[in-house]
Amino acid sequence: MADTTDTTADGGAAAGASWDNEQSEVLLDYYRQMVLIRTFEQTASEMYKRAKIGGYCHLNSGEEATVVGLMAALERRDYLFTNYRDHGYALCRGMEPGAVMAELFGKSTGVARGLGGSMHMFDTEVRMLGGYGVVGGQLPVATGAALALTYRGEAGTEAEALMCQLGDGTTNIGAFHESLNLAAIWDLPIVYVIVNNRLGMGTSVEAASGEPELYKRGASYRMEGDRVDGNDVVAVREAAAAAMHRARTERKPFLLEAMSYRLKGHSVVDPERYRSSESSEEAKESDPLPAMRDWLLAQGVLDEDKADQIESDADQQVDDAVSFADSSPDPDPADLFDYSYATDVANAPHTLPGEPVVEMP
Amino acid sequence: MPVITYRQALNDTLRAELTRDENVFLIGEEIGQFEGSYKITAGLLDEFGPTRVRDTPIAEEGFVGAAIGAAMMGLRPVAEIMTINFSLIAMDQIVNHAAKIYGMFGGQTPVPMVIRTPGGGGQQLGATHSQNLEVWYAHVPGLKVVAPSTPADAKGLLTAAIRDDDPVIFLENLSLYNTKGEVPDGEQVTEIGKAAIAKEGTDITVIAYSRASVIAVETARKLEEEGISVEVVDLRSLRPLDRQTVCESVRKTSRAVVLEDDWLSYGVGAEISATVMEGAFDYLDAPVRRVAAAEVPLPYAKPMETAALPDAQDLTKVIREQLEATSFFR
Ligand SMILES: Cc1ncc(C[n+]2csc(CCOP(=O)(O)OP(=O)(O)O)c2C)c(N)n1
Ligand SMILES: [Mg+2]
Repeated sequence: MADTTDTTADGGAAAGASWDNEQSEVLLDYYRQMVLIRTFEQTASEMYKRAKIGGYCHLNSGEEATVVGLMAALERRDYLFTNYRDHGYALCRGMEPGAVMAELFGKSTGVARGLGGSMHMFDTEVRMLGGYGVVGGQLPVATGAALALTYRGEAGTEAEALMCQLGDGTTNIGAFHESLNLAAIWDLPIVYVIVNNRLGMGTSVEAASGEPELYKRGASYRMEGDRVDGNDVVAVREAAAAAMHRARTERKPFLLEAMSYRLKGHSVVDPERYRSSESSEEAKESDPLPAMRDWLLAQGVLDEDKADQIESDADQQVDDAVSFADSSPDPDPADLFDYSYATDVANAPHTLPGEPVVEMP
Repeated sequence: MPVITYRQALNDTLRAELTRDENVFLIGEEIGQFEGSYKITAGLLDEFGPTRVRDTPIAEEGFVGAAIGAAMMGLRPVAEIMTINFSLIAMDQIVNHAAKIYGMFGGQTPVPMVIRTPGGGGQQLGATHSQNLEVWYAHVPGLKVVAPSTPADAKGLLTAAIRDDDPVIFLENLSLYNTKGEVPDGEQVTEIGKAAIAKEGTDITVIAYSRASVIAVETARKLEEEGISVEVVDLRSLRPLDRQTVCESVRKTSRAVVLEDDWLSYGVGAEISATVMEGAFDYLDAPVRRVAAAEVPLPYAKPMETAALPDAQDLTKVIREQLEATSFFR
């Protein structure tokens, strides 16, 4: 792994040397996806303020290079579990922006029929099995899904493998440690990816973690780990792809840490009063989008016109997503009880508040 | 009397108790620098420092357990669990440890601690973040569970909980934090285990707690204009439960409705209903009715969420049905 990742990475915005060998189309595609995520998130924030979106809404803003790099490392046959900061993953995994926006709007055309909301993007078609809102909740579940992969298929280059994303703060909860241990003793094809955006709500990694070099935490389970510059989309892809390859072919779990930044508040309503101006500044200066734009321009892969075009294409895509979401129907309260159980069962409760629960003869 | 928010009442009380007793300390996620997810602990880190206001990593099982251990040593931890949904991660520590240590070891060591945590839906937070799980704790001997509905009771019950030598689950509610009410100055201790008559009435009793009690009182006021006299019993304490006050009220009114935010089956209303059967059966003119949440994982979409949660309209409808069924309007 050492040749593909930068273990001293601290999230600096400079592109890695690895970019030189990339095809310009590939880099442009990554850039396009990053711009789409950024635009989508800015619009989501705007729509939240207009009360089109409710509840919690956590954005991937600042993490675009990590998200795109990680998703580029997955094959279509691979599975993905994430935390609640999941819009970008959903988009890159192949969910329609309109259906993702419709989920945020709570519409019946949303990826989870409007029942899940921002934290709960889920689409079996693209093998993203959630978006989870309880910190650490995705870890045991993802571990079990990886167990099922070993149950069903043999290891090999064509095998399915699984990625489980989590935040830095999530490495402090028991479920993280139990899951890593299980994956280690059961030799599961799973790559745990810590997106280290330096903050869990208002808490820094240093304040919360006895071992703040989080990828080293796998050592307790003899699980290999590494750290990568999360602002370098290619470096992220390389590190993640190598780990996924190993998971596929050798059935070895891996703990990857991507050093990233959270550009905005924990959620769209967080004014970040606790955050130092240096921390916010650092995140801004490390913003992977302008860095990649500049690099592509300098290399001549992109010119100003084309760059503008990419941005206006993203605007258009997101505008369309909003129109789609806005014009979609609400879920019908008459269907409230449709998804409590997967099977029909006698006497399943289906009374609305205040309705009598026993029918009188 | 000063009128302050429920949030302010909690904040003031924590400050007062931290000042009064050095053994009291706060522990939880984001309670210091971040000032609490819902800003209940705002300003307290600055005033009392990081030893008294201890931020923790995201580790509910760990820090709740640590609070239990500290309590065994004679400290008085007040733990904040960001929402009751996350208390499930600490369930073993709460149920198998906090609730057991005094009794199982023959009464040698009390566990004087408080777990503050808000429940409640209606904010479009989705199925895992909108639950009302208080009845899980109210089921467990060894725990005390209180659920104030007014700023005054928030103050009185939190003071009592902190001074209590047993583990107390102190249930707050997301939608109550900004509600306002009169709160007496000075020390106020509300006895745990006692319900309150939140509004007197003669025609029908509504039994409720926490957010539901506020709705019940509002509904009672509205119906009063129509000449319907509703008595509201605010349970305030779910364990122990003041069965006497409930039964006395129902004996007076002969009709009973429970309004509760939890799910209907096996919920608080089931317990109240059974209590009324035992203590006021002969006085009842109609079966007890329950207005509770629809039994579904709560959907995110607003119209679905609204349909699933009990509200004033549902309560009003059931009150009318009760009165109609017992010839009140004739
Ligand atoms: C068990 C549990 N405890 C607390 C919370 C509240 N909470 C939501 S996100 C979060 C911070 C998580 O930080 P991190 O893992 O770094 O992820 P990030 O938000 O930075 O992506 C907390 C404490 C929760 N959702 N679940
Ligand atoms: Mg984080």
